[in-house]
Amino acid sequence: MIPEERPFVAPDKYHELEGVQKMLAACIQCGTCSGSCPNAFAMDVTPRTLWRMVLRGEKEAIFATRTFILCSSCYSCTLRCPRGLPLTEAMGALKQIASREGLAPYKASTRFYASFLDSVRRHGRVREGEMMSLYFMSMKNPLLPLQFASLGMKLMLKGKVGAPFPTRGKRPLEALFNKVMQLEKNP
Amino acid sequence: MKYFYYPGCSLEGTAQEYSLSTTALLAALGGEIEELPDWNCCGATAAESVSRLLCLALPARNLALAEKAVPGQDILVPCSACYLNMRRAWDKVRHDPATRSQINQTLEEEGLAVSGSTKVRHLLDVLCLDFGADAVFKRLQRSLAGLVVAPYYGCQCLRPYPVFDDPEAPSCMEPLIQATGAKVHPWSMGAVCCGASHMTTKKEVGLALVGEILDDAKGADVIVTVCPMCQMNLEAHQKKISRQRGKDLSISILYLPQLLGMALGLPEKDLGLKLNLGIAPGFMEKLRSPLMASKTKKADAA
Repeated sequence: MIPEERPFVAPDKYHELEGVQKMLAACIQCGTCSGSCPNAFAMDVTPRTLWRMVLRGEKEAIFATRTFILCSSCYSCTLRCPRGLPLTEAMGALKQIASREGLAPYKASTRFYASFLDSVRRHGRVREGEMMSLYFMSMKNPLLPLQFASLGMKLMLKGKVGAPFPTRGKRPLEALFNKVMQLEKNP
Repeated sequence: MKYFYYPGCSLEGTAQEYSLSTTALLAALGGEIEELPDWNCCGATAAESVSRLLCLALPARNLALAEKAVPGQDILVPCSACYLNMRRAWDKVRHDPATRSQINQTLEEEGLAVSGSTKVRHLLDVLCLDFGADAVFKRLQRSLAGLVVAPYYGCQCLRPYPVFDDPEAPSCMEPLIQATGAKVHPWSMGAVCCGASHMTTKKEVGLALVGEILDDAKGADVIVTVCPMCQMNLEAHQKKISRQRGKDLSISILYLPQLLGMALGLPEKDLGLKLNLGIAPGFMEKLRSPLMASKTKKADAA
């Protein structure tokens, strides 16, 4: 988290928050989600509190927490929510805003998602070695690859990942990706 | 029974042994599979974190390919993340006409369309409901008596779509394990999250989650998994977690079809057993030993 990288938050930047508010409108603040979350121990704000913040429209506070980025999509809360709310989907919607806006506190995760999809866009399928190199390049941290070196070596010795150099690929899903972007801009 | 086989990207790379053993096991059980031609990545959890529509369009393309090739033939998916994505796309296509129309617009240029007529099935669903423990028991070549097996279901094969088992307390692997002669390890971590990609982006959280799972597996000889992400998280960081927690938490981790394949006497090479990262010392000898059955009987009698 580098403070000076934190973007200026324009008032209407998170207009998509309205969609998340609709998903959560029937929340009764019971806390079953927080009690079910395997990642709650690492969160600064519990899921229940986060939903309250969303419903109150506290945009800047929401995007200062690490709560939604710590959702590992286990769907325990979604399944147990007595109101049947799509809570994991709501977490995903917040991640989507963080991805789209490139919000600084979430870059370790959002750049990983972007690198993954970059590899998919190149080849139609993700190439795990390439994805990791793209991720390292996007993080611009020369020490980061070292954390993965031992596992990477093991995987290469077992012949499980190929050379980690990004290749151009035939981009077989280009039309699909373009159409998705177009539809999301002008639904 | 014939299925389209959707291996998914991991099974072509880091989880090759899952693909090898799945293919070998299904063949031994008399199932027929045909790889879905020209399949693409399902988007994993990356797409859902970037774009709602992309996370539906990517898996929907695979559904469309299957519908076009052989209408009505189920798609068999061994990876839980791929399964969830395809199941969700199927669900939206069938129940949300506005979204279906959007998805179909993304497929239009390739001349594809999706209607939701093809079912998506997880490997575990197919093993439990289409084949069942009897099919394993009938073909048993090697008793795994003496082994204690901890079944790990993870999350996404049963949540949020609890199609073939109880998502809070799943048990469908137990009859399959018991059919081999092995015992089921009683534990409460079978459906608790391994942290998925946290292990890459928020490692300390991933290590904590996996640590709890490995700790509760104490007493078992092996944990079996049905997802490449779970498998990698459980097998690849045991040394570090043991160091952190100050106790030895190393344990063998196999894919379920590898264990069942051994019980059916399939060649180890066909099950990719050399490719696993987490095999504890002495475990392979135990897994191979044909004498285990008599040992256990003696132990039981005593």
